[in-house]
Amino acid sequence: MSDNIKVTIDNITVEVPNGTTILEAARMVGGDVAPITMCYYSKLKGSGGKCRTCLVEVSKGSEKDPRPMPKLVASCRTGVMDGMEVKSMTSERVKDAREGVTEFLLLNHPLDCPVCDQAGECHLQDLSYEQGKQGTRTDFTRRTFAPEDLGPYIQLHMNRCIMCFRCVYTAEQLTEQREHGVLDRGDHARISTCISKALEHDFIGNVIDVCPVGALTDKTFRFKNRVWFTKPVDAHRNCTNPKCCGEVRLWMRGKEVFRVTARKDEWGEVATASNGETGWICNECRFEKKDTADWIIEGPSRIQRTSVIAQGHYAGTVGTAGKSEKLIDKVIGKEPIYTLDIHKVSEVDNPNVHLSQIAGPAHSTDFKHDIKDR
Amino acid sequence: MNLTNRSVAVDRSPMTFSEKIYIPGILKGLKITLSHIFKKPATVRYPEETRPFSPVFRGLHVLNRDEEGREKCTACGLCALACPAEAITMEAAERLPGEEHLYREEKYAAKYEINMLRCIFCGNCEEACPKDAIYLSETIMPANYRRDYFVYKKEDMLITDEQVKAKRLKLQKA
Repeated sequence: MSDNIKVTIDNITVEVPNGTTILEAARMVGGDVAPITMCYYSKLKGSGGKCRTCLVEVSKGSEKDPRPMPKLVASCRTGVMDGMEVKSMTSERVKDAREGVTEFLLLNHPLDCPVCDQAGECHLQDLSYEQGKQGTRTDFTRRTFAPEDLGPYIQLHMNRCIMCFRCVYTAEQLTEQREHGVLDRGDHARISTCISKALEHDFIGNVIDVCPVGALTDKTFRFKNRVWFTKPVDAHRNCTNPKCCGEVRLWMRGKEVFRVTARKDEWGEVATASNGETGWICNECRFEKKDTADWIIEGPSRIQRTSVIAQGHYAGTVGTAGKSEKLIDKVIGKEPIYTLDIHKVSEVDNPNVHLSQIAGPAHSTDFKHDIKDR
Repeated sequence: MNLTNRSVAVDRSPMTFSEKIYIPGILKGLKITLSHIFKKPATVRYPEETRPFSPVFRGLHVLNRDEEGREKCTACGLCALACPAEAITMEAAERLPGEEHLYREEKYAAKYEINMLRCIFCGNCEEACPKDAIYLSETIMPANYRRDYFVYKKEDMLITDEQVKAKRLKLQKA
């Protein structure tokens, strides 16, 4: 049983252990061959099979039965067979099907990326850019839900949800008592706590990391800054919670810690920590340690060059470069005179105002105070 | 090597008699000067008169409001991202209940600044804006002796309620 079997994906042959899914095999090949997943999460048991974005064409079933599978199959839920041949990005049928799936996912998804905090690291954004159609063909009003409050840490935007069930599995597998779930059916199905309740378990903050869209976002980071204007920095601390690995990614701007998330791997999933377990982090690390002094900073995170987050960040030196010697001093033999200190004029990034220390999103009241100070 | 056939070598031969007495040369020059009296002047009297702008002229930025006079900008940061000169900075805030008449979306720019000393008036911000909030007008950037004058705040760029009302009146009449 434990023998390795051979599977060919987009003309690349890999050897995988028996019982691997097509998706996992495709991820072993890596790159664009691996389908984008919206609901499947390798770190969560039972996830997958809901969104249909990972559809692939099986052009040869196996060595013993070489007939192709009649329909496209969800690669996250289909196991590989010996000698199987799979077409992922090389198949026109798959391309067409994924376009259709993307269109359905976007059917009720609001076009509020300018407002959404997930923009820039949103899997649905990636999917619609890479595999979606240009325009929309529908003009009816989108499904909307009444806003629901999930406590001081987690912001729920039910309108943006694509029903991937990842947060439900996270709550089920990381916490003792799951307090939220999917209510109602069909078009009305929604993530909710039934009667408005705050989600308060120690590890419930991880639903923010697993959410592929902006449905569950960090309330302590809400509207504070855009993802791509903050610098991702790997850091750790000795967390007292035995289940928390304490290894995180800080999203900093200057010396302020704007957001703390778990570290992500190349598939956008929570990475495996140094102790060999999945690097879930506790709520204390995520929401309450917004101070550089709380963390031991390891260095800048590796961000894919194609990501908008890498924009304006210089590889290798982000956040770690010390004070460099000013060349201009050598040339002119004296300190240059600054004719304009931008902080004396500018009201943005005021050194006396720390947006990262405000519990929730900033309001006009926070800024009124700021103007009076001047 | 000649790049064009119009280059002429400097004539260094000794002057002739007519060139030495200078009078014909001076008369020739005066003729050119006097002829300009009858020509159209090349300059315009600037504050009263302005030159016609090119239809694609890009001047000072304007932050737009919607038909109900609410600010359109949601502080999405795409203008700052698109800005090659890194002139634009902003800070966002959440709209409070009761502020719906001021801001169109639940998120808005509490602070919005353009450093006009950095700005190169390329218009990329206008192009990047998903909310049609920022426009480059046909106003020339005014000069000033102070540098801090050139950091434009949101209030300096936002079109006023009166302008919105005037535009609406104009639309109703039309």
